[in-house]
Amino acid sequence: MNIEKNIKLWSSLGMRATFGLIAMELSKKYPDLMITTSDVSTSAGLDRYKNKYPEKFVDVGIAEQNLIGISAGLSSEGFKVISTTFAPFQTLRCCEQIKVNLGYMKNKICMVGLASGLVLGNLGFTHCCIEDIGVLRSIPNISIVVPSDPLELFKVLSGAINYKDSVYIRLTAGSNTRIVNSKDYKFEIGKAIEILPGKDVAIIGCGNILGECLEAASILKEKKIQCSIVNMHTIKPIDKEKIKNIAKNNKLIVTVEEHNVIGGLGTSVAEVMSSDRNNCKLVRLGINDFYSSGGSYEYLKNIYGLSVEKIIQTVLSNL
Amino acid sequence: MKINSLKNFAKNMRKNIIFTAFKAGSKSAHIGGALSATDIIAVLYSGIMKIKKSKTIDNDRDRFILSKGHACLALYSALVEKKILKKKELETFEMDGSALLGHPIMNKLSGIEFSTGSLGMGLSLGVGVALAAKKKKKSYKTYVVLGDGECNEGSIWESILSASHFKLDNIVIIVDRNKFQQTGQNSSIMDLKNLKNKFKSFGCETTEIDGHNIEQIYKTLIDIKQNNKPKVIVANTIKGKGFKLFENNNNWHHSVISKSIYREILKEL
Repeated sequence: MNIEKNIKLWSSLGMRATFGLIAMELSKKYPDLMITTSDVSTSAGLDRYKNKYPEKFVDVGIAEQNLIGISAGLSSEGFKVISTTFAPFQTLRCCEQIKVNLGYMKNKICMVGLASGLVLGNLGFTHCCIEDIGVLRSIPNISIVVPSDPLELFKVLSGAINYKDSVYIRLTAGSNTRIVNSKDYKFEIGKAIEILPGKDVAIIGCGNILGECLEAASILKEKKIQCSIVNMHTIKPIDKEKIKNIAKNNKLIVTVEEHNVIGGLGTSVAEVMSSDRNNCKLVRLGINDFYSSGGSYEYLKNIYGLSVEKIIQTVLSNL
Repeated sequence: MKINSLKNFAKNMRKNIIFTAFKAGSKSAHIGGALSATDIIAVLYSGIMKIKKSKTIDNDRDRFILSKGHACLALYSALVEKKILKKKELETFEMDGSALLGHPIMNKLSGIEFSTGSLGMGLSLGVGVALAAKKKKKSYKTYVVLGDGECNEGSIWESILSASHFKLDNIVIIVDRNKFQQTGQNSSIMDLKNLKNKFKSFGCETTEIDGHNIEQIYKTLIDIKQNNKPKVIVANTIKGKGFKLFENNNNWHHSVISKSIYREILKEL
């Protein structure tokens, strides 16, 4: 597949529709692939897949606990399983099933959490998901990856299917996602990527919010501030070496995430920094542990300090 | 003759169960719920399921899932009688680092399909395993033993709805209907009313039997037909069955068997 040709198309479709397209490709490559879902085939962009491969598609209805149990059962019998539904229901609703079936027993599943973060703000916080990383991070044997754009999602899915552990793939943003990676590149679960070099401040982000970080960096560059931007796509296992290096070579790190500042990327970075000698300050941008009033994606990003302007302000006021 | 050997298997299981519980000493063991499920599990292991000791995982074996994982002493005891576990291993029950804890830990080569114990999860796994058999056109069957108290969990009803929707006639669900749960009778804690009708209304083929009548259990299981419906057998049982002191006495849900009690109850076998 010519990946670069797809970058613009995929970003206009967004992560969910791209997931559906990638599923078609994966099914050709892996005959024992099984996709399981809880009545969200359309939202997950899976209608074409469902029609083409009805035997490899299991819809369990609106029953997420059962989704994980059935997926684990299929996995234990040798299927490669991708389960998917909206992020809150894919993670919190069936959390103990994930712990016992995937964590404790190590039945391997790739879970795709749709529309995580703040993108569904118009629907309220039942449908936003700012807790998934924090909750899953405390369960052993589960990896957590947050693709920055649809191109990266393609790479994450391909990597996750053959990864040793279960993987939670957290999708952010809607259609018309920002393009974070405009060229093909090498991706490996657990290996962070510096997508922009800079010497004055290091911004570490995950998910499509990295698009905002890139825009903020280009504006800061006009003010003679050189931002380094690191795509910390894998929250678990976190790239400790990369974080230690960044902390050694910078006076300021700003983490940016569409997640509660408790338990997510910022926390993971803080944990690594606190066990190492450094003179680096850490500022964690994200949801400050409260449920705000609902509204559009842009409205919520602004409230939580995740808009381009707010990211710039945070960098300037901490330098 | 066949029935006698099944009865003997059950008797030996009971012997193993109280021996292990006694050896566990002050660590305690789930006794009542293991003994209520003993005859069901005895018939499955000695007369019904294709399961044998094997050095490698046999993909054609029947799958057994003890969803009420706290009844693990019944499972371990059956595996000992099948020579899949060594009797000596029972003495490690709940010891530091043991493979045989108070709830089963997945170990396919030792005959333990899944780690269970958190109630309401085993049936979903069973549905996945049975669905896999259909998809792969495999002939193995999946047997799931549920507790009646466990049927308080909503996840049980999610699973049974799907077993029926997917037309899984290769799964057999046996409910150990001992009418008790941890702190009392089902009827006072969360009344299950007519369980058989509930499963029937979910689209299953259901029967109700005496869960201690070895012959009836055997005939029910051997007569199962494949007709697009999951099978549910509500087996009426007695918690603590086999020992007068334990029978219908919920103090023996999770308890310690002292030396004097052990000596006394051995006589009943």
